[in-house]
Amino acid sequence: MTLPQDAAPPDRGRPEEIRAVPVRHPGRWVAVVVIAVLAAMLGHLMVTSSVLHWDVVGQIFTYPTVLAGVGRTLELTALAMVIGIVGGVLLAVMRLSKNPVLSGASWIYIWVFRGTPVLVQLFFWNFLGALVPKVGIGIPFGPTFASWNYNDLVGLFTAATLALGLNEAAYFAEIVRAGILSVDEGQAEAASSLGLTHAQTLWRIVLPQAMRVIIPPAGNETISMLKTTSLVSAIALEELTRAGQDIASRTFYEIPALVAISFWYLLMTSILSIGQYYVERYYSRGTNRVLPDTPWQKVRKNLLSFQRHEGAVG
Amino acid sequence: MSIEPMVRAEQVHKSYGQVEVLKGIDLEVQPGQVFCLVGPSGSGKSTFLRCINHLEKINAGRLYVDGELVGYQEKNGKLHELPDRVVAQKRRDIGMVFQRFNLFPHMTALENITEAPTQVKKVPKAQAREQAMELLTKVGLADKAGNYPSQLSGGQQQRVAIARALAMEPKLMLFDEPTSALDPELVGDVLDVMRGLAEDGMTMIVVTHEMGFAREVGDSLVFMDGGVVVESGHPREVLTNPQHERTQAFLSKVL
Repeated sequence: MTLPQDAAPPDRGRPEEIRAVPVRHPGRWVAVVVIAVLAAMLGHLMVTSSVLHWDVVGQIFTYPTVLAGVGRTLELTALAMVIGIVGGVLLAVMRLSKNPVLSGASWIYIWVFRGTPVLVQLFFWNFLGALVPKVGIGIPFGPTFASWNYNDLVGLFTAATLALGLNEAAYFAEIVRAGILSVDEGQAEAASSLGLTHAQTLWRIVLPQAMRVIIPPAGNETISMLKTTSLVSAIALEELTRAGQDIASRTFYEIPALVAISFWYLLMTSILSIGQYYVERYYSRGTNRVLPDTPWQKVRKNLLSFQRHEGAVG
Repeated sequence: MSIEPMVRAEQVHKSYGQVEVLKGIDLEVQPGQVFCLVGPSGSGKSTFLRCINHLEKINAGRLYVDGELVGYQEKNGKLHELPDRVVAQKRRDIGMVFQRFNLFPHMTALENITEAPTQVKKVPKAQAREQAMELLTKVGLADKAGNYPSQLSGGQQQRVAIARALAMEPKLMLFDEPTSALDPELVGDVLDVMRGLAEDGMTMIVVTHEMGFAREVGDSLVFMDGGVVVESGHPREVLTNPQHERTQAFLSKVL
């Protein structure tokens, strides 16, 4: 067999662009039909229902007691999360400490606060006055310099904040611990070889890197906390859920009240999700070569690519 | 009058549980020397290096850096553990470069270098930055000051790591297989920086598989195997005319 020696090389131009027939997806069309029917039924219900008074929903949405409830819910969420985060970091560091007393104390705390329902803890803080009627400053088992009645010192709001915050700390401790453990040991070694102390290594080197692992579940916890504050209505603290329930029991507009407060919860959790995205983006610096786009940058890019695409076709 | 050696090891033993990794190491490193530790993996050379700045505690024997015991204090014939704060203080004077670089990924190259001087020595920020830029220039990376480690090649990261250790103005530098994790063509840049350091008179202990570097730059070489020093001497002699059978076998494989 011989190869044609003097055959001219074939013309090596760019081959023709592939224009294949795309795969059909009949399943997608079935899904469209099913979902469209369900959505239409829901829409029909919403428009024609006799108990869903949209005008009343609107009124409840902006009713002063509801707005005050929104404020209370936000206050509770923020304060409880601050207690939870500070306490959680402290507990996680204690848990990982070489000191057996500290790590044992942390373990017991987490065991108790994670092992009992938050609603029970809420009642506990509210009724603790029965167990500890007076709170004072002094020497343990010795003289007391000043004392207060528990119930004067710890009102409804303080009891609720403490209950939610201290419970959160137990969960947050495990999140922080996971974050710290996720950081490569070589980082702490490099830091100590440079002469940084344990505390400096923890605050400057390990925790900032742990944040990348901590933030997503922390966002989850914050959103979850915002909704958990509704439990506080059980000790008669006037927050969003309680405000809605009060209106419902006064006016019998049960469903509109529930819809109105649901819209508030959705609005607040949506805002929190957006905040979480930006915090995550901040702590990803150094790990990604390019910072991920902000939602606004994404929208602009999509629009631009859309224009370019159209131009190419036309 | 004799000069105090920079590092003096007397019968250093180290074990992890039942496994004895170092079985009595005796050696001396003189100031200004480039001291190379070679040997097969698992021979204990990296462990010994980590004992020198007390990243690992030794179980028996004595280890001195610049005439002072590492990690302990001798009082009335008894050894007392040093508190963490004092151990940290002593580590300032010993720079360490790791096989896996261990740069802080959340800081730029410049911030990696200024971190320890500003946090540990409380050097003013502006002064630390100035010094860091000088060091980056020295390792040939002045234009990468604002880059994060993930934006640098392995060789560049290792040179930043060397600059980071130098920023504490150490009297002794420990290198733990500094080129083992690098692409072959990036090794040269790192070795060049180390050669420059040796010329400046820095005392260096280098765990390495780069026999060419050891022969050319090293002043002294120790071959370790199974937790003991098998053979030691001037690198050119040991590498070209190894006396011990084990050394011969090892060198015939790596050279």
